[in-house]
Amino acid sequence: MIRVVLPHHLRTLAGVDGAVSLEAQERPTQRTVLDALEASYPVLRGTIRDHGTAERRAFIRFFACGRDITLDPADDPLPEEVASGAESFRVVGAMAGG
Amino acid sequence: MSGVRLLVGTRKGAFVLTADGTRDDWQVEGPLFAGWEIFHLNASPVDQDRLYASQSTGWHGQVVQRSDDGGKTWEPVGNEFAYDGVPVTHQWYDGTQHPWEFARVWHLEPSLTDRDTVFAGVEDAALFRSVDGGQTWQELSGLRDHQTGDQWQPGAGGLCLHTILIHPDDQTRMFVAISAAGAFRTDDSGETWRPINRGLRSGELPDEDKEVGHCVHRIAMNPSRPDVLFMQKHWDVMRSDDGGESWHEVSGNLPSDFGFPIAVHAHEPDTVYVVPIKSDSEHVPPEGKLRVYRSRTGGNEWEALNSGLPQSHCYVNVLRDAMAVDCLDPGGVYFGTTGGQIYASPDGGDRWKAIVRDLPPVLSVEAQTLP
Repeated sequence: MIRVVLPHHLRTLAGVDGAVSLEAQERPTQRTVLDALEASYPVLRGTIRDHGTAERRAFIRFFACGRDITLDPADDPLPEEVASGAESFRVVGAMAGG
Repeated sequence: MSGVRLLVGTRKGAFVLTADGTRDDWQVEGPLFAGWEIFHLNASPVDQDRLYASQSTGWHGQVVQRSDDGGKTWEPVGNEFAYDGVPVTHQWYDGTQHPWEFARVWHLEPSLTDRDTVFAGVEDAALFRSVDGGQTWQELSGLRDHQTGDQWQPGAGGLCLHTILIHPDDQTRMFVAISAAGAFRTDDSGETWRPINRGLRSGELPDEDKEVGHCVHRIAMNPSRPDVLFMQKHWDVMRSDDGGESWHEVSGNLPSDFGFPIAVHAHEPDTVYVVPIKSDSEHVPPEGKLRVYRSRTGGNEWEALNSGLPQSHCYVNVLRDAMAVDCLDPGGVYFGTTGGQIYASPDGGDRWKAIVRDLPPVLSVEAQTLP
């Protein structure tokens, strides 16, 4: 099982409380996790990645195991702790304002 | 008993305000979609319970919501607005060319005859249509492909298509307006478009007769006389008597010819409302007095309406989509401010009352007349 933590507005949009659980993947990456997330919750399409390009939206960042992995290649394997479900893959709205 | 439902979009959610035909006591529901910018909500003219809402944030982009029970419950529908073909470029603020980039839906205009058909005016300026209740969207790219497209330049609010008017007697004819390109008309259901800006004067354009480049803020019509159009432009209030073929100024005695919204009374096609704002630099009411101006002569002669409106230290703005009229008799007029007030007048503007005072900044107001 892979756990994904969404920011408030996306939890509301998807109608979920807490973390989202996705089926375990053999070698999860940012791309495969987000693909699975959007397949389970189609309403999230376009809100984390752009529709056409599948590129991360500008004000979205990804964290796992206390580390900012936003700029890691989308096809790199995620940390083992995420693959095992021990740690969450976190989708975070980039800070703006002050 | 008949009534009114106001659909209010704000910087931080949507609100639905309802009253019976007296329009004295209002119920305020919301915020819906709390924390999201709601640029616009609108209702199908053929199904009062079919509503559409444009929901967005800078973080998560665009969402479109649909309701089939008058706003009690909502369902997210399609949010993919893909420009048709290879995006070309438009003019940027500094005169360089800039690629077309989708930002948000500014305005939703449901069809006059089919509840599942709805048009969306978006930033960067383009017109999209859905025929399946918002599930999928297709661009009417004949507009953006007009030969002047690469000359269109954003206004201060972006390159936005903010006005969509459907001709009630001939629905192949539509009018749209884009800041700061101007007004356009189609006579073939959106396949082809042409600028309709003859007579507009924009002081800082080197060529005053330029086909595009005019900062049109809003256009309004009375459905009983749909080829008479009224326009609030960046400067000047304008009128066309020939479906936009030509325009002439009707600013008359207004204290400022700058403003954003314009509306026409539901039963009196020569009764027009504007909210003058002091200059494009300051964006506040002249003299700190919030006044709606009404013309009963189709322009040129305007009277200030201030009963019930703040007449000192008032520095709010009224945005282009934030004024609406109902179809009751006497006709009601409504507007929302950037200070979060919603003002209502059940008697055509003679008396005003704040329905609610402390909403987030108001982006849009639509009035539904309920049977």
